[in-house]
Parts: sequence; structure tokens; C-alpha cells
Amino acid sequence: MILIKNIEKKFGVVKVLDGVSLEINSGGLFAILGPNGSGKTTLIKSILGMVLPDKGEIAIDNQTIFNQHLYRNEIDYLPQIAQFPDNISVSELIRMIKNLRDKPTREKELEEIFGLTPFLDKKLGNLSGGTRQKVNILLTFMFDSPMLILDEPTTGLDPVSLLHLKDLIKKEKKRGKTILVTTHIMDFVEEMADEIVFLLEGKVYFRGTLKELMKQTGENDLEHAIAALLTHQHD
Amino acid sequence: MIKILQYSFYDLVRSRWSFVYFAFYMLLGFSLLFLNNNVSKAIITMMNIIIVLTPMIGTIFGVMYFYNSREFTELLMAQPIRRSTLFFGQYLGISISLSLSLVIGLGVPFVFYGLFQSAEIWNFSMLLLIGSALTFIFVALAMNISLRNENKIKGFGYAILLWLFMAVIYDGLMLILLNGFREYPLDKSVLFFSMLNPIDLSRILILLKLDISALLGHTGAVFQKFFGTNLGLMVSFSVLILWVLIPAYTMIKVAKKKDF
Repeated sequence: MILIKNIEKKFGVVKVLDGVSLEINSGGLFAILGPNGSGKTTLIKSILGMVLPDKGEIAIDNQTIFNQHLYRNEIDYLPQIAQFPDNISVSELIRMIKNLRDKPTREKELEEIFGLTPFLDKKLGNLSGGTRQKVNILLTFMFDSPMLILDEPTTGLDPVSLLHLKDLIKKEKKRGKTILVTTHIMDFVEEMADEIVFLLEGKVYFRGTLKELMKQTGENDLEHAIAALLTHQHD
Repeated sequence: MIKILQYSFYDLVRSRWSFVYFAFYMLLGFSLLFLNNNVSKAIITMMNIIIVLTPMIGTIFGVMYFYNSREFTELLMAQPIRRSTLFFGQYLGISISLSLSLVIGLGVPFVFYGLFQSAEIWNFSMLLLIGSALTFIFVALAMNISLRNENKIKGFGYAILLWLFMAVIYDGLMLILLNGFREYPLDKSVLFFSMLNPIDLSRILILLKLDISALLGHTGAVFQKFFGTNLGLMVSFSVLILWVLIPAYTMIKVAKKKDF
């Protein structure tokens, strides 16, 4: 369980998170939505300890995460931008990340799913953006941690890989994992999300299931519902 | 930490630039030795190159590596590793790979030349040690600067300015100071000021070791007069070690408080 209590974060004069409180129970896919600059990535990075909030608390399974590092053993994170050292090969990178955790991995299976086998000996600097994103996904999913945090997972993927990714996420969801996803692709949200967390101007503006969102806004598709949320705010 | 060190090390060792850096030293070593035909003279020429070049390369590589590997650093941060471990590992990886380019690049020509039969071996080792120390110092300083500056261009600019200041401008300022206040007893302040610049300090250290008073310059002469050769060597070497430890320590401190 993730417990976020009243966190605030300022970058210079810009207040990115302005008192976000959120309780995420274990199991299910939570879509974190919001316009650009609403604080989605900052929130995710705060959970991972990469951004240090000015105020507030974050606890995972009743343990504070500040100044801790071992809790990340239980989290798999897919960063937004897939950028790796240019001079090492894909298989070396996999070995290297594997090496950092003492856990069983399943990279072989993922290499096959995403067609990465022919690229294993290639240097990362020579790969295309899409292939790098596949490597990124492989690095995330090869550990079997109870929590997954995915920042814009669909970026740069071809349709086939996108299908594979969705299957993969669905499987993990079925196995009872907690999955946090930020995305701008509404189809993805409609298909996959159990709950929606809508951030706006650094606050949690809406939280609930898809049905609840539709009911509250009186719309019958997600894009319009979100738009309604945004315009409602200006009334 | 060893794992992180290895990654940065391999990544750098395989890059074209560290190969160029290595080849440059090898070429320098061979040409100086075989053109000069005199190991002592070659060492002095080499000293003049090393104390300017190693800080510059350390600065450039330190800044470049940090900005280039930023996203990858973020990926590693999501792994169960301490921040201090991560950054200290990267720091050692960069510094060690650069120092190795220097030591092997210059070492090979000297070994070929018959260094082991020569009495100069200690002076030569001192030169490599100082070159490595300067690399460690300036990589740490460069990482300090890049950690504090999100903007690549700014970070790069500040780092190069720092190098320029210490390698070139500092000496000029000292000269102006000495000239302007020549009626006053300046010895102790000169001593102090030369410790504030690792490049100056390294020059003094090597010249004390080589025992060439003619090249010591004012600061060096004051150093020798004040401490004597042996104590001077020890003092300047200890201060140089401090110059490695303090920037490395502040770098870790900054890294711990930074948002990524």
C-alpha cells in the first residue's frame, strides 16, 4: 500500500505539487492523468525517491521512504525517456541491471516477446528509439516485483509491441500487482485502468473509477469526461 | 558501488574519446623521449603539459559524462542503491579510467625507453601520481558544477571557466598581487594562496621533488624556504589529497539533495 500525505514540491517559483494526498491500496491499475505540467511525473518520482518533496510524507507498507533505498527492491520503474550508455551492448545492460538486485529474472521470455534477440549484441547507441523503448520495457518487467510504475509506457512503440505490452500489463494486473501508469492515451486508460487519479495544478482533482467519472461529468466517453472536468474547473 | 564503478568505467574506456586521450599521451611520451633523448628534460616538459591538460580533460569528461548519462543515472536511481553509492561509483569510474589513460599512455613509452634502469623512475612516478590526483580533483569539481546546473551550456561554461581560472588566470592574479604589495611581507599569504589552487600546488610539488630551484618560481621558492624540501613535499601532498577529498565530499552532499 502506498500512502501519500500532503506532499508539496516547488521547482523554483513553480509549485508543482500542492498538497497531494493519495492512498493506493494493493492490487489494480491506477492511471495518473492530467494535463502537461500537472505534476504526474513529479509525483511518480517522489514515490521513487528521485524527487525530494518539500513537505509531506510518503510511506509504502507503513514504512517511510525518505532516505531509504531498499524499498525500491519491490518496485519496477519504467522511465519516460529511454536513454542508456552508448558503448555497452543490450545483453551487457541487462546483466548489469540484473546484477543490482538479488532476484530471479525472466529476461529470456521478454526478449522473445519483443523480438529483441537479434539486438542483444548490438551497442545501445546504435539502436532506434522504438527498440530502446523495448529494452526499457524489458528492464522494467524482467523483475517480478509487486509494484510497477510506468511513465508513458506506450511512447514510440509499434502497434504489435503495444499489443504485447498491454497483454503483459494485463497479466501482471491479474497476478495482483499494483500498477501506476501515467499516460495521455485515453484508449489505453479505458481499456486498462481500474481507477483514475486526475491531477490538476498540483492537486488531486478527481479520484475514482471510470464509471464514477462518467457519472460525475455526465459524459459517456473518457476524453469528453476529462474535458468536462477541465472546463468545470473554470466555472 | 564496485558495480556502478565498473559500468561507468567500461562505458568510458570503450568510448572513442578516452582512446584518443590515451593515444595522445602515448604519442607525447614517445616523441618527447626520442626527440629529447634525456629523461629528466622530458619529465619537465611533460609536467608542464600534464598540469594543464589533466585538469582540462577531467573537467570536460566530468561534465560531459554527467549530462550524457543523466537519463541512465535516473534509471539507476530507481534501483535499490543509495544515492551516495551511485554517484561515488560514477565518480571513481570516470576518474580511474582517465587516470589509466594517462598512466598507461605515458608509461608505455617510458618503459620502452628503459625507465626501470633509470634513476628517474621516482620522479616519473610522482608525475603520474600528480596527474592522477589532478584528474580526481577536477572530475569532482566538474561533477559539483554539473549537479548544481540543470542547463548543460551553463554547466559546461562554468566548468571551463573554473579550469581557465586555475590554470591560467590565477597565476596572473598572484603576480599582480605580489607586485602590488611587494613592500609587505607576503610570504605566508603566498603560501596560503598557492594551496588554494591545486594546479599551482602540483607544479610546486613536482618541482620540489625534481629539486630544480630555478624553475620553482616565487611561490615554490617560498614553499621551499618555509618548509624545506621534504616537509614541503609532505605538506603540499597532504593539501593535494584534501583537494581530492573535499570536492568529492561536497559532490556527494549535493547529489543527495538534488531532484532528478
